[in-house]
Amino acid sequence: MASYDAVVIGAGHNSLVCAAYLARAGRKVLVVERRERIGGAAVTEEVFPGFRFSVFSYVVSLLRPEIIRELELPRHGLHILPLESTFTPLPDGNYLAQWNDHDQNRRELARHSPRDAEAYDEFGLMLHQMARAVKPLLAMAPPDPTSLSFGELMGMKRLGEHFRGLGAKRFSMLTKLLTMSSADFLDEWFESEPLKATKSASGIIGTLLGPRSPGTAYVLLHHYMGELDGVFRAWGFAKGGNGSVTAAIAGAAQAAGAEIRTSASVAQVLVQHGRARGVVLDDGEEIGAKLVVSGADPRRTFLGLVGEQHLPGPFVDSIRRFRFRGSSAKVNLALGELPDFAALPGRGPHLRGAVSISPSVDYLERAYDEAKYGEYSKRPYMDIVIPSLLDPQMAPPGKHVMSIFVQYAPYQLNGGWTDARREAFGDTVVDTLAQYAPNLKNAILHRQVVTPADIERIVGLSEGNIFQGELSLQQMFFLRPVPAWAKYRTPVSALWQCGAGTHPGGGVMGASGRNAAMQILGRS
Amino acid sequence: MASSYELSHEREYHAIRSAAALLDVSPLYKYRVRGKDAARLLHLVVTRSVEDMKVGQVGYTPWCDAAGKVLDDGTIARLGEREFRMTAAEPNLRWLEDNAVGLDVSVEDVSDSLAALAVQGPASRIILEEIELKYFRIADTTFRGIPVQVSRTGYTGDLGFELWVRKERALDLWDALIEAGTPYGIVPAGMLALDVARIEAGLMLIDVDYVPARKALIASQTSSPFELDLAWTVNLQKERFVGREALAAEAASGPQWQFVGVEIEWQSLERLYAEVGLATRLPATAWRTSVPIYSGGEQAGYATSGGWSPLLKKYVALAHLQSKWAAPGTRLEIEITVEHRRKRAGARVVKKPFFDPERKRG
Repeated sequence: MASYDAVVIGAGHNSLVCAAYLARAGRKVLVVERRERIGGAAVTEEVFPGFRFSVFSYVVSLLRPEIIRELELPRHGLHILPLESTFTPLPDGNYLAQWNDHDQNRRELARHSPRDAEAYDEFGLMLHQMARAVKPLLAMAPPDPTSLSFGELMGMKRLGEHFRGLGAKRFSMLTKLLTMSSADFLDEWFESEPLKATKSASGIIGTLLGPRSPGTAYVLLHHYMGELDGVFRAWGFAKGGNGSVTAAIAGAAQAAGAEIRTSASVAQVLVQHGRARGVVLDDGEEIGAKLVVSGADPRRTFLGLVGEQHLPGPFVDSIRRFRFRGSSAKVNLALGELPDFAALPGRGPHLRGAVSISPSVDYLERAYDEAKYGEYSKRPYMDIVIPSLLDPQMAPPGKHVMSIFVQYAPYQLNGGWTDARREAFGDTVVDTLAQYAPNLKNAILHRQVVTPADIERIVGLSEGNIFQGELSLQQMFFLRPVPAWAKYRTPVSALWQCGAGTHPGGGVMGASGRNAAMQILGRS
Repeated sequence: MASSYELSHEREYHAIRSAAALLDVSPLYKYRVRGKDAARLLHLVVTRSVEDMKVGQVGYTPWCDAAGKVLDDGTIARLGEREFRMTAAEPNLRWLEDNAVGLDVSVEDVSDSLAALAVQGPASRIILEEIELKYFRIADTTFRGIPVQVSRTGYTGDLGFELWVRKERALDLWDALIEAGTPYGIVPAGMLALDVARIEAGLMLIDVDYVPARKALIASQTSSPFELDLAWTVNLQKERFVGREALAAEAASGPQWQFVGVEIEWQSLERLYAEVGLATRLPATAWRTSVPIYSGGEQAGYATSGGWSPLLKKYVALAHLQSKWAAPGTRLEIEITVEHRRKRAGARVVKKPFFDPERKRG
């Protein structure tokens, strides 16, 4: 039986980050991946000949800068291209664009509301401050507020000091962000409907909540914490698709000596006398290790790979209650020509950024209403990018790939997801978008529809939740995934978690993987 | 040369590194040197060897005054046994003519009649119809019916080409390149984008990274090729060339200064900004000012240009350091202004170029 210091389950970005740090610390590490390729939900696949897609996750921003630096990811091929604008076409033929250039942006916003154009800078400053307030928490193993141990109390004290240092004004703003709905929060700042809607959409991503549901303001902040080159809120594409993010991390891990095995599906974690001893693969092969780190989500890890018999009853209950409720789908299109938007015809710079189908807060809330009762949205929210415009190698010359992130497509669909429902859903998405870009249907060469059920089946994310569990407040920080087990440890000794189901959560951030490695290595 | 063609140079920069950029490099000074003694003249004027250059070869070289101090730098392309083209950043006609006294050679300033467009970036070769041309070679060809000379040269440190064309066809060539390049993501790019790329490539810029000897007000402003990390371009085997004696003496004693790459340490930068409650600020464009570099209490030298590399995710600079502090790995401190106050951030001497992809030569 081969023996390693650590075996890491899954080759998603967090697992690879964790493996890279462990290997750099001199540990003998093996990563085992069920699929034939590494990457988890950050993969690039040539779905149709010549057309390469970031099939699942499709942008980069939240990836922690310290990880990029410490693992020297640029040396291993990571190149992030900036995503400069957001374009929201409107049903009345108008549009709202948010540009990278400050003055250009201001002029465009003023066209809709001079008040909003002024508030925009203040809003940006406030979110910058909030992102800075939350940033130290990202690299922290959350202290346990229920524990009276000295270490935990000191941790809480440091946390208290950090928040006191924010001052009353910022602290109250942070409290609002943690408790309000994104629509209510934005109402305090803006009056223009498409601006509020497009911004509030950041608050519903990956959750089965609407822009008027309390708690969504935090999700909005979560998406604003991204930091590229020192600039908060900067989003980008990875050249070569999101698969090149995980390829770069894998390169760093392998350069440090980690081994990676694909097509190696873990059937169970070997547990003896309350201690993890290794893993057993589907074909019966046993791999021994001093410790096991799971990058799978909490449900798969504990209820699937470990087994309830090895876990305390209350813990199992909590894991069962951990909410997933995947609500996001992807439609990936191979295009023979660029979409031509009626609101802004031609191949202008607006196509190089994100295109957001979010004309009003009511539109988004109605989309949610349907999902609440188990139907997909008939007029869904979409976040669209065309990576081939910035990275021509994603498609044959002159042709394009379009990635459409869609909400809502609830995992728990009435009657369940079938092939027919999937394609009907794909038609809904294309029909909706074609209302804004009439040439779309003729431009489509191929179409791939990825529902939450597909995400679960292919990537292994429970209920297709893109964050390995909803980013709702009762599942954040020291509550993620379960109170008292938020420090990457588990009730099984020598078994650790490093996935996005732990603090600070999802978004190709890598923080969970790094934090877990630091805890394992006894550094904090 | 335009600063940028869009409001921000960011996309232009990324096009250089991930697709292709089209740059108008026509503002270069260009001289056609022809005649029986053409090779002899250039051999005499520049530091590298010219007489043994093959037809179709391009060579980078500086040239010096009699004191061995750099006047300018550029490329020499051997277009025929008796014909060369020299490019320069500054006017050099008088200098060439003065040195041509008694030689059978004609020097013609073709700066205005000859345009030059650079296609730089990983997609440049495929845009130029999969042209086969080795690094630092030049050839006559046509592009979409337009007669051009193409050289495998550039100022980005990436795979790239420069196209030399009669000025009457320059606009046609621009349009043809945009049309051919659009499916591959070609983008017109200006100086701001080029500045970031050339720093990553460790390529110096006249008037920024060194003062040409003709413009120096005091001797200490001048630099020898050795002090600019250009020892590889100085051929002391040549019997005669301008500045040879001074350079031979310097080669024997070793240069006092060296031109190196410096990487500014992130942790140290982050700490300085955190002390005043700010997130780390990075320059949005490359800077071109002299910045002191220290070793403890002593000034070890100064950086002359630098910036954030969006590709490498590193803050890098090109610097002149006294030789004893110039070894790679040497830890130094660089001045940085944080909230109006002068601070020092940790920095480290590193090998140039900062970015050196295989495709550049491959």
